[in-house]
Amino acid sequence: MYDGWKIIVGLVIGVCVLLYPFWPSAGKWDAKVPEPELTARAKEAKECVEPKSYIRTEHMKLLDEWRQEAVRDANRIYKSSTGKIYDKSLQNTCMECHSNKSKFCDQCHNYTGIDPFCWDCHIEPKEKT
Amino acid sequence: MAMNRREFLKIAGFSTLLGLGGKAAFELLAPGEIEAAMEGIPLTAGKKWGMVVDMTKMDERIMDEAIKVCHRIHNVPKVENTKQELKWIWKETYEHTFPGQHHEYPAEAYHGRNFLLLCNHCTNPPCCRVCPTAATWKREQDGVVMMDQHRCIGCRFCMAACPFGARSFNYGDPRKAPEELNPEFPTDMTYPTRSRGVVEKCNLCAERLAKGQIPACVEVANKIKKGALTFGDLADKDSEIRELLREHYTIRRKPELGTGPNVYYII
Repeated sequence: MYDGWKIIVGLVIGVCVLLYPFWPSAGKWDAKVPEPELTARAKEAKECVEPKSYIRTEHMKLLDEWRQEAVRDANRIYKSSTGKIYDKSLQNTCMECHSNKSKFCDQCHNYTGIDPFCWDCHIEPKEKT
Repeated sequence: MAMNRREFLKIAGFSTLLGLGGKAAFELLAPGEIEAAMEGIPLTAGKKWGMVVDMTKMDERIMDEAIKVCHRIHNVPKVENTKQELKWIWKETYEHTFPGQHHEYPAEAYHGRNFLLLCNHCTNPPCCRVCPTAATWKREQDGVVMMDQHRCIGCRFCMAACPFGARSFNYGDPRKAPEELNPEFPTDMTYPTRSRGVVEKCNLCAERLAKGQIPACVEVANKIKKGALTFGDLADKDSEIRELLREHYTIRRKPELGTGPNVYYII
């Protein structure tokens, strides 16, 4: 192989560049999945608008539906599967219990690299630090 | 598939003809439909909210209070630069409110006097027709011209289309509005703000209507002077607002444009 070292150095640099997206998380392979923290109020309520398993996996879809129905269809009342009535509002219904946005929303979203733009407009509750 | 030159040219020729005569083709296949789509279709069904501003009862204080409460509960920030100001409800002089009606010898009572202006929630809103994302639309149930900030892409076509100047653009992030003018912004923690780059306007207090309340400006105005502002269902002939319209001569802003404004002024 002529100029073998040049090729190898080039390959090493190339692989490094290709792996660029993984750099920021390098060395954090064993990072634990953050556990959303519940406020005292949320704990006391025991249940969310829907069962925990559903909310865990589908909350984004539920919020998207709420947004669509409340804003566009003027339908602001949510009847849960348990028959309870809620106001379809992220800012007023969800955040009323889950007033700890940084520990409830943000740490998971950061972990999964998701940046929802809810808070560009919707006002987050003031957290006690 | 084999196709000879002659066949290809035939198809190409016919397609061109159809392409050029697209409207004619439409006319053959679905007569009248394209005209109907181009004309303004009144979208209101059932309720039709409207407002009457009684200028014989209105004064500066009522207007200021109405503006204050609206901008407070909807988190509308104050901006110093008038070119970038945000307003849902505002004041304007007679000649600016009714430009076609102004003449050299205005009645003294209206000379230099302000009128209360807001979105007219038109029957045939031009803003909704130009919106490319349907971020603004006329709500069928009650005729409110709504705004969906989630969908607005900030193209400002609606601002160009609205002949009443009822729409404002967020040139900057409202939460970064000058603090000396907005010491407590956001002023209402139960209502969202907007983000940079979207258009906003009066929503006729849709969030209050949903709870069975009347718009905040009307509520406040009536507390100060009963009947200064009247809100009601124009589709119901026995409503208070229809009664007022029956009994008084009223004018609207720029009715000649055919947008069908639903805010009436008793002067």
